[in-house]
Amino acid sequence: MLDRKRKGNGLELFGNLVHLKKYFLRYKGTLALGFIFIILSNIGNVYIPLLVKGAFDELQKKLSTDIIVKNAILIALTSAFAGLFSFLIRQTIIVVSRKIEYDLRKDFWEHIQKLPMRFFQNNSTGNIMSHATNDINSVRSFVGPSVMYSVDNGVLFIMTLSILFSLSTKLTLYTLIPLPFMSLFVYLVMSKIHSRYTKIQEKFSELTTRAQENFSGIRVIKSYFRENYEIDQYSKISDEYFQRKMNLVKLQAFFHPIFFVIAGLAFIIIFLVGGNMIINNELTVGTLTAFILYLSMLIWPMISFGWVANMIQQADASMKRLMKIFNEPYEISENENTNHVIKDLQGSIEFKNVSFRYKDDLPVVLDNVSFKIEQGQTIAFVGHTGVGKSSLINLIPRMYDATGGEVLIDGINVKNIPIGILRTNIGLVPQENFLFSDTLANNIVYGITDGSQILIDKVTEIAQLNKDVETFPNGFETILGERGITLSGGQKQRSSLARALAIDPKILILDDSFSAVDTHTEEEILKRLKEFMKNRTSIIISHRISTVKDSDKIFVIDKGKITEQGTHDELVAFGGIYADLHTKQLLEEELSEME
Amino acid sequence: MAEQQKDDEILGKAYDSKIMRRLLTYVKPYKKYVVMAIIMNIIVAALPAVRPLLSKIALDTYIANKDYNGLLMISMIVLAVLILQAVVQYYLTYYSEYMGQKIVYDLRVQIFKHVQKLALRYFDKTPVGRTVTRVTNDVDSLNEMFSSGIVQVFSDVFVIIWIYVFMFGMAWDLALVVLLVMPFLIYATMVFRKKVRETYRDVRKHLANLNSYMQEHVTGMNIVQIFAKEKDELEKFSAINGEYRAANIKSVFYYAVFFPVVELLSAITFGLIIWYGGGEVIQSKLTLGVLIAFFQYTEMFWRPVRDLSEKYNVLQQAMASSERIFKLLDDETFIPDAENPVKLEKVKGEIEFKNVWFAYNPGEYVLKNVSFDIKPGETIAIVGATGAGKTSLINILTRFYDIEKGSITLDGIDIRQLEKRDLRKYISMVLQDVFLFSGNIKTNINLGNDEITDAQIIEAAKTVGADKFISKLPNKYEEEVKEKGATLSVGQRQLISFARALAYNPQILILDEATSSVDTETEILIQEAIQKLLVGRTSIVIAHRLSTIQNANKILVMHKGELKEMGTHQELLAKKGIYYRLYQLQYKDQEVVRTV
Ligand SMILES: Nc1ncnc2c1ncn2[C@@H]1O[C@H](COP(=O)(O)OP(=O)(O)OP(=O)(O)O)[C@@H](O)[C@H]1O
Ligand SMILES: Nc1ncnc2c1ncn2[C@@H]1O[C@H](COP(=O)(O)OP(=O)(O)OP(=O)(O)O)[C@@H](O)[C@H]1O
Ligand SMILES: [Mg+2]
Repeated sequence: MLDRKRKGNGLELFGNLVHLKKYFLRYKGTLALGFIFIILSNIGNVYIPLLVKGAFDELQKKLSTDIIVKNAILIALTSAFAGLFSFLIRQTIIVVSRKIEYDLRKDFWEHIQKLPMRFFQNNSTGNIMSHATNDINSVRSFVGPSVMYSVDNGVLFIMTLSILFSLSTKLTLYTLIPLPFMSLFVYLVMSKIHSRYTKIQEKFSELTTRAQENFSGIRVIKSYFRENYEIDQYSKISDEYFQRKMNLVKLQAFFHPIFFVIAGLAFIIIFLVGGNMIINNELTVGTLTAFILYLSMLIWPMISFGWVANMIQQADASMKRLMKIFNEPYEISENENTNHVIKDLQGSIEFKNVSFRYKDDLPVVLDNVSFKIEQGQTIAFVGHTGVGKSSLINLIPRMYDATGGEVLIDGINVKNIPIGILRTNIGLVPQENFLFSDTLANNIVYGITDGSQILIDKVTEIAQLNKDVETFPNGFETILGERGITLSGGQKQRSSLARALAIDPKILILDDSFSAVDTHTEEEILKRLKEFMKNRTSIIISHRISTVKDSDKIFVIDKGKITEQGTHDELVAFGGIYADLHTKQLLEEELSEME
Repeated sequence: MAEQQKDDEILGKAYDSKIMRRLLTYVKPYKKYVVMAIIMNIIVAALPAVRPLLSKIALDTYIANKDYNGLLMISMIVLAVLILQAVVQYYLTYYSEYMGQKIVYDLRVQIFKHVQKLALRYFDKTPVGRTVTRVTNDVDSLNEMFSSGIVQVFSDVFVIIWIYVFMFGMAWDLALVVLLVMPFLIYATMVFRKKVRETYRDVRKHLANLNSYMQEHVTGMNIVQIFAKEKDELEKFSAINGEYRAANIKSVFYYAVFFPVVELLSAITFGLIIWYGGGEVIQSKLTLGVLIAFFQYTEMFWRPVRDLSEKYNVLQQAMASSERIFKLLDDETFIPDAENPVKLEKVKGEIEFKNVWFAYNPGEYVLKNVSFDIKPGETIAIVGATGAGKTSLINILTRFYDIEKGSITLDGIDIRQLEKRDLRKYISMVLQDVFLFSGNIKTNINLGNDEITDAQIIEAAKTVGADKFISKLPNKYEEEVKEKGATLSVGQRQLISFARALAYNPQILILDEATSSVDTETEILIQEAIQKLLVGRTSIVIAHRLSTIQNANKILVMHKGELKEMGTHQELLAKKGIYYRLYQLQYKDQEVVRTV
C-alpha cells in the first residue's frame, strides 16, 4: 500500500490542489503583487546581516564608532522597510486566501444546491457539513499561510544562498551537504501523512454524523432508554478518532526535531570548516558571523518547511475529498434541448410509458405507466404503502428523472422545460414536512419574493391554520424550532400546505397531506381547497376514501402499474382494490355502529 | 434561540482563571505527563541556549587560538546536544499531543454523556448543529491548547528565561540594553490583544451563522429545490459567507501590523547591541564572541515572543470554546430522578392523571386540569382536533417533560418517584414524528439492544406487516437504512418505527398516530394482530381516524388542552357532544353512499 504510494510521481502528493488554479488566476494581480512584496521584504531581511557584518569588520579594525552607529541605525531602518512589506504581504496574500475561501465555499454551495435528492440520501448532513467546514478550512490554510510561507521561505532561501555563495563558495557548499537528506525525508513522510490525515477526516465526519443523528433522534433514544448504548458507541468512535490522530502525531512529531538536527548540522559544519578557514586566514571573523546569522535566519524557514509540507498534505487530502463532491453529476439539469422560450405552464400532465427505479439493484417501482391529466382536473392516487405513489409524483417537478418513457406537461417533456419555470409552477407538499427555524410567516411565504399579509391570511385560512395561530402569543411572528419541532404534527403539516398554496401554483400536488390532521379540520380544508383548485391541476394522494372520492378521476397503483382508473362510483362498481378499500372503511364504521 | 445565538459570541476573558482552573481539573489524571513534559521542556529550552555559548567558546577560545582539535571537540559537543534535543523534542511533542488528545477524548465523552441526560426542553430550543459543534469542533480546539498550548507556553517562557540567564551571565550591561525594548513589546502586544479579541468575536459569530445556515439548508434541500429557491438561497448564503470573509479580513489586518512591529523591535535590539556592544568591543571591554552570542540570543528570543502571541490566539480560542462547553455542562435542564426512587419490579399498568396542568413555555398552558384514570389492561383512546394537546398528554406520561401542577401515577406511585429507566422500560411509544437512524433495518428495530433476538425482530415486523416489503429488499433485514430512513417510503418508515415499539415488548403501549401514513388494509391487519398482543396490557391510542379507536374501553376527547368528554364510543355518541359531531363529520359521506 505504502510502496505503491511511494512509487507514484510527485504529483500524487499534491495533484488535487491543481484544481485551485482557477481561483488563483482570479486574483493573479494581487498575488503577483504579494510575491513582489515578499521579494522586497526579504531584500530588507537579508540586508541586515550584511550590515552586521560591515559593523563587525569595522569592529575588528577597532577604529571609530561612526560606521558602527550608522550601521545600527541602518539596521532599524531596513527592518522598518522590510516590515512595511511584510505588512503588505499579509494584506495581499492572506486576504486573497480569505477571498478564495469565500469563492470556494460559494461554489461548493452552488454546486450542492443543484445536486439531486439521491446525493443527499447517500451523504449524511454531518458528512456534507464537515466538507464545507473542515475541508475548506484546511484548503484555505494552504492557499494562505502555506503559500505565503513557502514563497517567503523560498525567496529567503535563494537570496540567502546567493549571498552565502558570494561570501564564500566553499563554506556554502559544505553547509549544503545535509540538504538532500532533508528532501528525501520530507518526501518519504509526506506520502504517509496524506493517507493518515484522510483517515482522520473520515473519522471526524463520523463523529459529526453520529452526534448529529443522535441529537436529532433524541426522542426515540430517550423513549427506549438507549442513552447508555449510544454513549458506548460514541466513546468507541471517539477512541478510534483518538487512535488515528495519534497515528498522525507519531509522524508529525518527527518533523520538528529532524529539521533542526539538519539545520544544526549545517551549523556545526560552518564552525568546523569556517573555523579552519579562519585559522588558515581564508576567512574573516565578520564573514563567519554573517554566515552564522544567515544560518539562524535559515533555521526557521527550514523548520517551517516541514510544517508547510505537512499542511500541504492535509490540504491536498481535503481537496481530494472536496473534488469528490464537486465531481458529483447534477443528473437533473438543463441541457441543449431545454426550451427557454417557455415562460409559463398550463398544467396538463401526461405520463407516457414511464418506468422508474431508484437503483439498478433495486426493484422497479414504476413499470411502464401511462395516463393523462387534463388541465384543471383534480385527480387522486391511492395504493398500498410503498407502492410508489410518492415516487410517481416526484417525477413531475423532476425531483427524480424517469428511467424510461417520458413525463409531459402541456405536451412538452419535463426535461425540456427550464427547471425554474417547472418548479415554480408546481406546488408540491411533500409527504414529509420540513420547516425552517424562522418565523411562521417567513415559512409560509418561502416560495415567493413578496409575500403580503393578505396573502398569508388567505392561505392560512384555506389551510385552517389561522385558528392555531391566534392561540400563539406571537402569532405569525412565532419563531419555529428546528424543522418546526415546536409545532404539533397537524400544525406542521398545514403550515407546509399553506406554503405550497402561497406560490399560486398551476399544478398542486398533495402527498398524503392530511395524515396528521383530524377529520373535522380536513373537511374544512377540503371545502376551501375546492375553490382554490378551480382552474388548477391538482393531484391528491391519500389513504382515505373521504379525501379522494370527489376527484375527477382516481388512479389505483399496484405492483408498479396503474390497475384501476375512474371516478369514485365507477371504481366502487368495478370491484377491485378501490372497492375493497371502500368496503373496509365502511365496514369498520358499521362494526362500531353495531357495538 | 436568541439566547443560544449569543453562546457563539461568548468571548469570555482572554484568560479566565476560573475557567482555567476548571480546565486543569481535566489535566489531573495526566499529571505525570505534565511533569514529564515540563522536565523535557526545561531540557529542550535550555539546550538551544547552550549553543551560542558554545559558539562563543569556539570563536574566542579555539578559533582565536587556532586550536583545530578544540574546535572539533566543541563541535562534537554541539552535535551531541543537538541530537539530545531532537530526541527529547520528539517525545515532548508526542506525549504532550497524547495528553491533549486524551483530555479531548475525556471531555468529548463527558459532554456527550451530559447531552444524553438533558431534557427535551433543551432540544426544543437548541438547534442540533450547535450542540454538535460542542462535541466536535469546540472540544477539538481545546486540544491545541492542552497539547501545544500549555506546554509550548511553558517552553517559550523557559526559553526566554534561559536566554536572559545566559545573557546576564555573559554581559549584564548588554543584557540590560536588550531589555530596554521590552516595554514597547509589552505595549504592542496589549494593543494587539485588544483588537484581535474584538475581531475574533465577529469571526465566531459569523462562522456560527454560516454553520447553522448550511446545516439547516442541507437538511431541507428538497424544499429549496421544490420551490426553486436556489438563486435566492445562494444570495442569502453569499451574504452570510461574505460577512464571515469580511470579519476574517479585518482580523488579518491586526496580524499584518503586529508581526512587522515585532520584527522592527527585534531589529532595534540588533541596532542597540551593535551600538552599545560595538563601543564596548572597541574599548576592549567585550569580546567579539560575546557579541555574536548576543546576536544569536536575540534571534532566539524573538521566536518565542512571536510564538507567544500566536499562542495567545490559541488560548483565546480555547477559552471561548471551553466557556461554551462549560455552559453546556452546567445546563441542568434535566428531568431528575427521585433521590430514593421506588423500584418497580413488575407493572400492572394502572395509570392515573389527577388535575394535571402542563406548559411548554411558562404560563402558556397546553394542558389544563386534566384528570382521568386507566385500569390495568384497558385500551383508551384520545381524540381531538390538531393541536388540542394529545401528543403533549403522552409526552408527560413518560416524563419527556415534567408537569406544572397535579400528579400522574403508575400503579399508584407518582411517576416522579420512579426511575426514568423503569418507567420507560415498561412503556413503549410509537412517536408521531417517525425517526430512523442510519444503520440497517435490524438496528433500527432493536436500536442496538442485543437482548432482542432476531426472531423477535422478525416477529414484530410481521405483526405490523413490514416483513412483506423487508423481505423484498436485496439484503432483507440487513438492508442499509440511510439517514432518517430517506430511501424508504414514509409509510414503510412508520411501520418500522411501529415494529420497534413491539419488539421491546412493553407492558404499556402508546400509539401516537402510529398508522397515519399506512394504507387501510395494512392498518386493519395491524389492528387485528395487535388485538391479541394487547390482551393484559394497557394501551393508549391517539388517532384521527375514529374507526381505529372504536374498540377502546374509554375515549377521551381533548379540546384546546382540556379534557371535554370521556366515555365509551356509545356513551359519547349518546351525549351528542364534540365526539358525536366529529363522528358525524367523518362518516356522513359514507352514510350517503350507503343509503344510496
Ligand atoms: N415542544 C413544544 N414547545 C412549545 N410548544 C409546543 C411544543 N410541542 C407542541 N407545542 C404546542 O402545544 C400545542 C399542543 O400540541 P400537541 O402536539 O400536544 O397537539 P396534538 O393534539 O398532538 O396535535 P396533532 O393532532 O396535530 O398532533 C400546540 O399548540 C403546539 O403548538
Ligand atoms: N430514495 C429511495 N431510494 C431507494 N428506494 C426508495 C427510495 N424512496 C423510496 N424507495 C422505495 O420505493 C418504493 C416506493 O416508495 P414510495 O415512497 O414512492 O411509496 P409510496 O407509495 O409513496 O408509499 P407511502 O404510502 O408509504 O407513502 C418503496 O418500496 C420504497 O422502499
Ligand atoms: Mg409516499
